[in-house]
Amino acid sequence: MNDITIGSRRFPAFPVAGRAGASFKPQHLEAIVSAGARVGFFEVHAENYMGAGGPPHAALTRIRRDYPLLLHGVCMSIGGPQPLDKDHLDRFAALVGRYVPAVVSEHLAWSTHDDVFYNDLLPLPFTAATLRTVCDHIDEVQSAIKRPMLLENPSTYVVFAESEFSETDFIAEIARRTGCGLLLDVNNVFVSATNHGFSALDYLSEFPLQHVGEIHLAGHAEQTDDEGELLLIDSHDGPVADAVWKLYDIVIGRCGPVATLVEWDSAIPDWTILMAEADAAQTIMDRHSASFAIGGRHAVAS
Amino acid sequence: MPLPHRPEGPRNDFTGRFCAPLLDPERPTPRDVTGPRSKAADKRYDVYRNNVTVSLIDTLGETYPAVQRIVGRTFFRDMARIFVRAEPPRSPLLFEYGRGFSAFIDDFEHTASMPWLGDVARIERAWLDAYHAADAPPLAPETLANVPAESLSTMVFTPHPAMRVVRSAYPAVTIFAANRQSGPVGKILERGGEDALVTRPHLELFVRKLPPGGAVFLVALCGGRTLGEAAAEALDREPRFDLGANIAAMLEAGAFTAVEAANC
Amino acid sequence: MSTKTALSAATVAGAVATALAGMAYAAPLTEGEVKAAMDAGMEKCYGVALAGQNDCAAGPGTTCQGTSTVDYQGNSWKFVDGGTCASMEVPDGRNGSMEPLDRDLPS
Repeated sequence: MNDITIGSRRFPAFPVAGRAGASFKPQHLEAIVSAGARVGFFEVHAENYMGAGGPPHAALTRIRRDYPLLLHGVCMSIGGPQPLDKDHLDRFAALVGRYVPAVVSEHLAWSTHDDVFYNDLLPLPFTAATLRTVCDHIDEVQSAIKRPMLLENPSTYVVFAESEFSETDFIAEIARRTGCGLLLDVNNVFVSATNHGFSALDYLSEFPLQHVGEIHLAGHAEQTDDEGELLLIDSHDGPVADAVWKLYDIVIGRCGPVATLVEWDSAIPDWTILMAEADAAQTIMDRHSASFAIGGRHAVAS
Repeated sequence: MPLPHRPEGPRNDFTGRFCAPLLDPERPTPRDVTGPRSKAADKRYDVYRNNVTVSLIDTLGETYPAVQRIVGRTFFRDMARIFVRAEPPRSPLLFEYGRGFSAFIDDFEHTASMPWLGDVARIERAWLDAYHAADAPPLAPETLANVPAESLSTMVFTPHPAMRVVRSAYPAVTIFAANRQSGPVGKILERGGEDALVTRPHLELFVRKLPPGGAVFLVALCGGRTLGEAAAEALDREPRFDLGANIAAMLEAGAFTAVEAANC
Repeated sequence: MSTKTALSAATVAGAVATALAGMAYAAPLTEGEVKAAMDAGMEKCYGVALAGQNDCAAGPGTTCQGTSTVDYQGNSWKFVDGGTCASMEVPDGRNGSMEPLDRDLPS
C-alpha cells in the first residue's frame, strides 16, 4: 500500500493514508477557507489547472497550503493505441512539480483519436496488444513525473468481443509490469458489475488490493439498456449509493484504511453536504483502523 | 495538427472504429462492442455518444453564458450541438475549446437577426482567456511618472498577459454586460459600435467599454508602436480621441505590465 | 508607419501628466458618458467594470463522469423560446427576436 509522504520547500508534506477527502470545486473555496473545513484532503482534475495563471492557481495554492492535495488526470488517453500527447504530458509533469501532490492518478481509458479530444473516458478491449501499449504509456508517464502513478479501474457500458483478459487480470498485469499503484473506484466496480451482470464481490476478490493507494466513491444514476434492464451511469451527481457504501466497508475491511475520495462533479451541492459524504467515509475507515491497529499490536506481541 | 499515425493493423485500431459514430448519431453502433453475453449494445453505446455530446455542449454553455441567456437554453443547446459536431475539440484543455464559436455564430442562419451575437461571444471568449492568462503585476502609475517627460512619446508598453481588446460594430459590450448579470434585461439604448477592454490586473476580471479611439490606441500599443505613434494613429481615426483620459484608463485597468524605451 | 497626425513630445508628456494627476478619479468612461448612463438608470448595464463575477462564471471544467441528461440526437430545432432576446430591444433597426422554426436543418 502506498503511504506517500512528499513535501517541498513551498508546501508542507501531508500523509493521506487513512484520510477521507473531497473533490475541490472553486465555488466551495469561500466555505472551506472560512470554516477551516475539517477534511482529510482535496483532489482536483489536473487539466483544470493547466492554464498559465489566474484564479484557478490562486485557489489551488491556497488549498495546498492547508490540506494534502491529490492530482487526478482525466485526459491522458493512456488506454489508446496512439502515442501520448507530449505537450500534455509535459503540462502534467509541470503541475506535479508545482504542487507536489500526495498522489497522482490517471484512468484506464482513452479520449483522443488522431487529434480529436472526445472528453469522455472511453473503453478499450483487454488484449495482449492493448496491454503492451497501456504499459508503455504508464512507463512514459511515470518517467515524466519521476514517481509512481495510480491507475483507476473504469466504469463501462459495453464490452469488446475481442477481449482476451478479464478486467482484473488486465489491471493486475499492468501493476506487475509497470510498478504503478492502483486507484480502486468502488462506484465504478458497482456500476460495471451491474451493467455487465457480474458480481462486485467476485471482482473485488480478484482485484490486486495490495496495490491500492487510493479509493474513489461517487454517486451514479439509473437508466435502462436495450432489453430494458438496469444500466447504471457513472454520473457523479449525487450522494454515494447505499450498496456502494457496503462494498466500501468490505474493501476497507480487507485493505485497511486507504485514502478515500468522495467525488461529486455535477449538480454540485453546498460544501456541507459534500463534507458530510467525506465524513461518512472517514467514520467507516476509523472503525476499521481501530481493528487494524489492534491486529498490528497482536502481530508484534506474537 | 493531426498526430502521426502509428503503423498498426486494423485489429488494434479499435479507437477509430469506436469514435467514428460518437458525434454522428446516423452511424450504427460499432460492431466490435456488445452488452454482456453478446447482448445488443445500441443503448449502451449511446451512453458514450451522449456523454461526449452533452459534456461538450455544457462546456460551451459555461464559456458563453451570455450567449446562452440571450438565445435561451433550448436554442443554445441545438446550436451548440451543431457546432460540436462540426468543430470538436483539438485539445484536452476544455477552457481552450470553442475558439471558432463566434465565427460559427456570425455565419449561422438562425442567428442572422442578431448580427451582434458573435461579438458578444468574442467578449466572453476574451473573458475566459483573461481568466486563465499568466499572472503579472500591472504597470504602476509611479513607473510611468518616473519616465523623463521628453522620452514619454518614444516609450513602448508591454501588454499584460490577460489584456484583450474586442472591437464591435454593435453595442456588444452593453449587451454582454446586461446578460452576464442575473437582473432583467430591457431596452439597450446604446447605438453604434462598442469596443471592449478585458483585463485581469490581479485576480479580478474587468470588462470596460473603451472610449472613442481607445481600441485603435491600445491595439497600436500592443503592436509595439510608441506612445506618440499610437496616439497619432488613434487621432487619425477618431478626432474625439482624448489621450490623457485613455492613458488614465489603461493604467487604471491594468492593461500593461511594463514600459521601456523603444529600440531604435 | 505614417499618420496624418503628429504629436509633439510635449503634448504626449502633458497628456501623461494629466492622466497621472487624475488617477484617483479616472474612469474608463468620460464623466458625460457616466452621467448619461446614470440618468438613464442603467448604469449597471453599461459594462463599465464588470467585476466580482469570477466565481459564477469560471468557465468549463473537465469531466471524468458520464451524464444522465440525454441530448445527443438530431440536428433540428425542437422549440425556440426563452432567452433575453425576446425582451431585449437592440437598436440598429433589429431586435433580437427569433422566429420559431420547426423545420429540420439540412444536415
